[in-house]
Amino acid sequence: VAVPGAVRVAMLGAVRVAMRTLCLAALLGALGAGGTELTLELPDSAQRCFHQELESGIKFTLDYQVISGGHYDVDCYVEDPNGKTIYQETKKQYDSFSHHSELKGVYTFCFSNEFSTFSHKIVYFDFQVGDEPPILPDMNNRVTALTQMESACVTIHEMLNAVIDSQTHYRLREAQDRSRAEELNGRVSYWSVGETLILFVVSIGQVMLLKSFFTEKRPSSGGAGT
Amino acid sequence: LALYFHIGEREEKCIIEDLPSDTLVVGNYKVQRWDIRTHDFLESAPGLGMFVTVTTPSGEVLLSKLYGPQGTFSFTSYLSGEHIICFQSNSTRFAVIAGSKLRIHLDIRVGEHFLDESAIQAKDKVNEVNVRLEHLIEQIHHVTKEQDYEREREEKFRKTSEETNSNILWWAVVQTLILISIGIWQIKSLRDFFISKKLV
Repeated sequence: VAVPGAVRVAMLGAVRVAMRTLCLAALLGALGAGGTELTLELPDSAQRCFHQELESGIKFTLDYQVISGGHYDVDCYVEDPNGKTIYQETKKQYDSFSHHSELKGVYTFCFSNEFSTFSHKIVYFDFQVGDEPPILPDMNNRVTALTQMESACVTIHEMLNAVIDSQTHYRLREAQDRSRAEELNGRVSYWSVGETLILFVVSIGQVMLLKSFFTEKRPSSGGAGT
Repeated sequence: LALYFHIGEREEKCIIEDLPSDTLVVGNYKVQRWDIRTHDFLESAPGLGMFVTVTTPSGEVLLSKLYGPQGTFSFTSYLSGEHIICFQSNSTRFAVIAGSKLRIHLDIRVGEHFLDESAIQAKDKVNEVNVRLEHLIEQIHHVTKEQDYEREREEKFRKTSEETNSNILWWAVVQTLILISIGIWQIKSLRDFFISKKLV
């Protein structure tokens, strides 16, 4: 990221430095908006639950994607503090769920692999809490226009957010595709060897069997007819 | 703190982190034990600790330490790949007591460099902006590292796909040749057999 020329020029003005510091602080602080992302392994017929305590009126988003295993699908449900199910999906490969919390309390979300008997899944989820505060504290109700420096900060912030989203998306997609490709490769090798063996066994067996039809324990070497 | 989840007293739960090399990972956790008398999780239980084990993609153990009921652990990856972070409590009790479980609060941060806020509160405002800009540049470097790592993985993926493709082609050719040669062998073998049996 190229440091805008305006930064160097503006750094000379001591009066407005404080304002800019605030802007940069907001830029950096907002880069890590509240949330957790984890990748976990779900063994077959297992369920994993996570809980988060939230205030009311907070917007939260749950994104999840299955990276590898079986048919790349998982069950997921989200419950509010009263135990009411606010989201439930079965056998989904990836999804994104947003909700405004009405009640204050502990929200639970669970991933379940109970429908699968032998494939363990690797699931990635990202639980984002809260709206991102605007990068400049009073950006929306300003009387004057933003300074060059401030608008540069805003642009950088938006672009970095796009970078984060883009990177995460491509990383997950690539991991999933790579997992499928490795599975395919394994299957091709395994079945090719198996098929070749079957080919040998069947063809040699055919000849042996046919020969055995015609070899009977008869004194004369006439052989059996049709 | 952040999200929490439950584990049994002697259970081990692991999470996977796919990291590029030379990346710092910092984790904060807090563990609470369920108390059957108050039917709630105790704020702190004496003697309760947590084994944190970090395994590199090549299988060796990078970090294996016992921490207290609340703590921070960190490690730097030197290989790129899937690192596995496992948590297990050091509780010697078995889950004989019904409903005994532990609650773990967890927050893991990858690749973030933390600003020392107190050092920032310098009188010199220009320096402050300087430091923040440097921090920002470091974060961007982390973005670049992740992208390079992504390139590596995509290359491995492409190799696997090409290997599969050539595998399929090679096996198809081999199997066709085997089919033809076995067919010829079958006919020859049967013909010789029937001739020897004076049927033909």
